[in-house]
Amino acid sequence: MADQSPDGFHRRVIESRLGLFAILTTLAILVGGMVEIIPMFTVQAGPPSLAGVTPYTALEVAGRDIYIREGCYTCHSQMVRPMRAELLRYGEWTRSGEYAYDHPFLLGSRRIGPDLQRVGGKYPDAWHYEHMRNPRSITPGSIMPNYPWLYVDKYDPADIQASLTALSRVGVPYTAADIAGAPAAMDAQAREITGRLAEQKITTEPNREIIALIAYLQRLGKDGRAAIAAGQGGGPSTP
Amino acid sequence: MEYTAAQQTEGVQYDDAIVRAFLTATVVWGVVGMLVGVFIALELAWWPANMNLPWTSFGRLRPLHTNAVIFAFAGNMCFTGIYYSMQRLLKVRMWGDTLSRLHFWGWQLIIVLAAITLPLGLTESKEYAELIWPIDLLIAVVWVIFAVNFFGTIAVRKVRHLYVAIWFYMSFVITIPVLHIVNSLAVPATLTRSYPIYAGLTDALVQWWYGHNAVGFFLTTPFLGLMYYFLPRAAERPVYSYRLSIVHFWALVFLYIWAGPHHLLYSALPEWAQTLGMVFSIMLLAPSWGGMLNGLLTLKGAWDRVRTDPILKMMVVAVSFYGMSTFEGPMMSIRAVNALSHYTAWTIGHVHSGALGWVGMISFAIIYWLIPRLWHRPLAYPKLPTTHFWLATIGIVLYVVSMWAAGLTEGLEWRAVDAAGQLKYPNWVDIVHQLAPFNWLRMIGGSMYLVGMLMLAWNFYRTVRGPAPSPAGVPLAATN
Repeated sequence: MADQSPDGFHRRVIESRLGLFAILTTLAILVGGMVEIIPMFTVQAGPPSLAGVTPYTALEVAGRDIYIREGCYTCHSQMVRPMRAELLRYGEWTRSGEYAYDHPFLLGSRRIGPDLQRVGGKYPDAWHYEHMRNPRSITPGSIMPNYPWLYVDKYDPADIQASLTALSRVGVPYTAADIAGAPAAMDAQAREITGRLAEQKITTEPNREIIALIAYLQRLGKDGRAAIAAGQGGGPSTP
Repeated sequence: MEYTAAQQTEGVQYDDAIVRAFLTATVVWGVVGMLVGVFIALELAWWPANMNLPWTSFGRLRPLHTNAVIFAFAGNMCFTGIYYSMQRLLKVRMWGDTLSRLHFWGWQLIIVLAAITLPLGLTESKEYAELIWPIDLLIAVVWVIFAVNFFGTIAVRKVRHLYVAIWFYMSFVITIPVLHIVNSLAVPATLTRSYPIYAGLTDALVQWWYGHNAVGFFLTTPFLGLMYYFLPRAAERPVYSYRLSIVHFWALVFLYIWAGPHHLLYSALPEWAQTLGMVFSIMLLAPSWGGMLNGLLTLKGAWDRVRTDPILKMMVVAVSFYGMSTFEGPMMSIRAVNALSHYTAWTIGHVHSGALGWVGMISFAIIYWLIPRLWHRPLAYPKLPTTHFWLATIGIVLYVVSMWAAGLTEGLEWRAVDAAGQLKYPNWVDIVHQLAPFNWLRMIGGSMYLVGMLMLAWNFYRTVRGPAPSPAGVPLAATN
């Protein structure tokens, strides 16, 4: 006689039917992800936006691509948590709207070095220029690698146009004019940086990768900070 | 037990050549992945090891390490165990020999491409999903080949009932492509660069839904399946509780998926999603420990053999580390604990107690068990696995303890404020300096684990390249 216990049911009905077992497994693994992920797209009150957060410039996109290429996110986070010590160390905690144009996200999972969400504008361009070449020249005892190749290699404006096109397809509002004008805009922004570097007696070409990376680092967290200072995202926090 | 046993059962000619191929790949990639791990551990202890070169800098090599150990070492191990056990459990040869070979060579091609592209800095930056979009497409194709072969084999099985190991394999085969495809959706800019369709925290949520379940369905469920096949075989005992295996299987595959947001606690992700992540992570303890208990209790009556048999020793330590890390994980998902542990080396220690302790140890045990059976000869050095066991166990303990100490140190110092309400350690590098001894200790622990892996590789090489198979009937040196 067939076993009538729950185990017996599982054995008789489920364990001997491949299709049924596969369908039940698929359903079991789909539920959680659907419940958590779909509302991020459909619920109106999903991640709130912050006015004044604008897309990265072409040069900053080039810098962000370098940040990704070098795996900076393996040691640096971009997420200030709403905790007193973090507000003291870094500044405002990160609002979700600040990430509106971050494809991909770069929150990181490990802080071997400090968080970089609020690094934009914290130091002069020359600081980053020296620091990336030899971190120990600025911070004795730092364990960060040197990045000498960023001072030799050049970014490719045509390549960045392809990036902007792809980013516009995933929803970043770059216009055709933005993309067409990217090489000129990059050069103009790069020359602003090399101009500021020249004031510090640093001579370099505007087309070097380090310039793009500096542009990106100096942008980090800036829009969000301004928006929060203006009262958005709950307004400024006091540590 | 004799090593001539079971290649042919009731007229079925099992495909063991494919198992031998996957096992060989497991050993090779295990050495490579762990070597890179020790190297990047050195870079953290001694920065000049970055060598001022792009291809050797930590930021580019860390993804190489994680990809190599997860997808190359652990991946090939899963396939080794699955191809070996499912043929025997279902009493049928793999459905398509060509599919098996396409799967094998396709997977190795993916790994080689990963090993080339990651040091070149070609990456999508999402953890454990760094590979660029053309490789992502290749992964999807190879997985379909594997899935067709897998389900085809089950469809033509000679045993009606599906053993519990097969359930776990099935959850692996079904879930991985779902995670991989959803997380990898992106628009290409060039052949080597693409941008995900998701932005900001949505992208982060999709990534950690993927990332956490890569741990769940790549490093947990297939290995539980392997445990359910190989542990009873090695112990020569039936599985302790059939009912427990039903309950913990369904609970595990259902609950795991929800836990991803625990990687984003205290972010601006909606509060309800963070809370779901935390609550489901805590609930995960139950089915995880169900698996651990079913494994450990299967050894009831075989404990005397644990004292002498290195394979059983490794299995016991593996299942124990599985239990320990699946206790630690839920604990770290509690907001108050996560506030301290997040972003610290504690997380690195947690991952490695699972990876070295659970995945690595159960893999070594299965490899030692399989080599004599697949190559029909005893191990060249039958006593070496015991040395390997002790080296690896002590290495794991050094690794995990040093990372606990490092994680607590930095976690507490990041948040320390003095009586005036100011940061006690405003200078980041002062904290970094205090971690140096722990970073060296971690490197030593990791090196011991690597030396154990090299012993396995040497033993493997000497066994399969050694003298021709000895005559039938010689007892298995490694298991008796």
